[in-house]
Amino acid sequence: MSFFLQLFIQGLSIGFLYALAALGFVIIFKSSSVLNLAHGEIMAMGAFIFLIFSLWLKLPIPVAFVLTLVGSFALGFFIERFFLRPMIGESLIYVIMLTVGMAAMFKGLMLFVFGGNLFNYPDFLPKSLSIQWRAVHIPPVYTVSLLIGLVFLAIFGLFFKYSSQGIYMRSVADNQVAALSLGVHVRRVFALSWAIAGLVCAMSGIILGIMNGISVHEISHMGLKVFPVVILGGLESIPGAIIGGIIMGLLETFTGGYVSTALREVLPYIVLVFILLIKPHGLFGLVEIERV
Amino acid sequence: MRKLKFHPCGNFKEDYEKDLTLFETDFGRTWMWIGIAALFLIIPVTFKAYWLYVLNHIGIAAIAAIGLNLLIGFTGQISLGHGAFFGVGAYGAAILATSLNLPFWLSVPCAGLITALVGMVFGIPSARLKHLYLLIATLAGQFIIQYLFVQWESLTRGAEGITLPPATLFGLRIKGDRPFFFLIFSCFVTLTWVAVNLVRTRYGRAFIAIRDNERAAAGMGIPLFRYKLLSFAISSFYAGFAGGLSAYYIGSITPEPFSLLLSIEFIAMIIIGGLGSIPGSVFGTLFIMLLNEGLGAITEFFMNLSAFSGVALTLAPLREFVFGLAIVLFIIFEPRGLAEVWRIVRSSFRLWPFSY
Repeated sequence: MSFFLQLFIQGLSIGFLYALAALGFVIIFKSSSVLNLAHGEIMAMGAFIFLIFSLWLKLPIPVAFVLTLVGSFALGFFIERFFLRPMIGESLIYVIMLTVGMAAMFKGLMLFVFGGNLFNYPDFLPKSLSIQWRAVHIPPVYTVSLLIGLVFLAIFGLFFKYSSQGIYMRSVADNQVAALSLGVHVRRVFALSWAIAGLVCAMSGIILGIMNGISVHEISHMGLKVFPVVILGGLESIPGAIIGGIIMGLLETFTGGYVSTALREVLPYIVLVFILLIKPHGLFGLVEIERV
Repeated sequence: MRKLKFHPCGNFKEDYEKDLTLFETDFGRTWMWIGIAALFLIIPVTFKAYWLYVLNHIGIAAIAAIGLNLLIGFTGQISLGHGAFFGVGAYGAAILATSLNLPFWLSVPCAGLITALVGMVFGIPSARLKHLYLLIATLAGQFIIQYLFVQWESLTRGAEGITLPPATLFGLRIKGDRPFFFLIFSCFVTLTWVAVNLVRTRYGRAFIAIRDNERAAAGMGIPLFRYKLLSFAISSFYAGFAGGLSAYYIGSITPEPFSLLLSIEFIAMIIIGGLGSIPGSVFGTLFIMLLNEGLGAITEFFMNLSAFSGVALTLAPLREFVFGLAIVLFIIFEPRGLAEVWRIVRSSFRLWPFSY
């Protein structure tokens, strides 16, 4: 029973981590319909920016954290300005391949600077966050992952629903031309959504880094796991990202705990194929209506 | 003898026959024969063994790239699983050759057929899915197949890999780079010929119609699902055939090379070469493979200078960086790829000195 509970909590917090990573993805997709295959690399970039500030420059953790958020915000902005902006109006495969090329570039760059080794952050999470209940032990990272996941998802849920920028973003996602004609600054919306996505990516990258250590390959592989999550939840839905993330997290940890660890890695993709066959637009996704 | 055809000064095509013709002028045909003659008579004699080795890999990759271009460039269905399909072909050939003792000439086409079946299975989602969703479905296919390569040990022998028997054809043992050069490039020329001609048949035109507008194609009476599956099958056949050839050429296979990176490399080849262009796929393959070679040579150069050997080690990941950069630059500045560059160069020669 305690093994089950342990797995359950672990799965839940990994699920929230997935949800957070998926959130960054959904923000980009919602506003600009770009499928970002460089997601994992941007996550890794965020994790490494934090590593530089916290371990190499030895800044106090809160300062390093704020600087990382600013840096990753700027990174998202930069990516949009120099890579994605020339692609507005191009056909889908080119945009996707552009993000693939970007992924290769970032990965090469990070391997060049940091190498393929595993790094660790200094141990800064307070011990009081760890939970010990009978035989169930939950390390502080998992609690933090849960908390940050909840906070961020709530913030962005409200942001898209009520703030004017959020409404602009949704309008652009819905119909670019209509949004333009109503006076929405579409380019600014794109830039902002990439910047926010960069920030969220960095957040999930850092949590992942605390959990498993930071290595380029590991984190960028994690970025691909976002796809099963967002497909399950629906590509443009934030609640979908949360629920998809939790389901995938639980499914993965339970398979890892009870069946086999090798299957754990591939299970999300098997689920993915079935979802695509049965309910291609996910649980909460919009069903596109195509008019001739 | 009929008169030589020169370039007309406008588009004077009056019937379908003329529209379907492969070579507008006799120069093109002549150059093609000259090219083939050079490929088979001059290159194998003059090139060093190492360059033949590189060329063989280019030939194999070009076959797979042409297949992928038939799918992405002509039918408009995106696949991120071709690296795995290539692997299915390699494993198919290896397993057929070791456990069923099939001869070389049978096992490679059979491997292609097996891959075509696998490709069709992963093409089934294309019945309902488009664009993004299809891309993600094939990405899932890539991971699932890779998982099977490693885990289905009774069939694939897991990480240990399979060693193939040497290839024999008509009683001759094919070993070494030069004999393989003839073998690989005969396959390459044949399959290119098939692809070029396929595009102008009823099937090829249906593929193009599906790419341009699915609804309109359906309206004209093209059964979408059947043709999409057919396109997946043909494309995976090419990938599997190339995979089988590479398995025989290398001699032993392990699961590692058939990763997502290989899939991405194939897509990069056809994007850099030019989507929807058969010669483009060959140009793109040449570009990517020579880029890889060049970067490898630079790394090696620094390795040999003892003072810089540390630099060389850190340079290795820059290969990936340059590879990504090439894709990004091509997409931003010349999205129609090298085929378009080639067309521009050619037409500027043709129009000289009265260019527009």
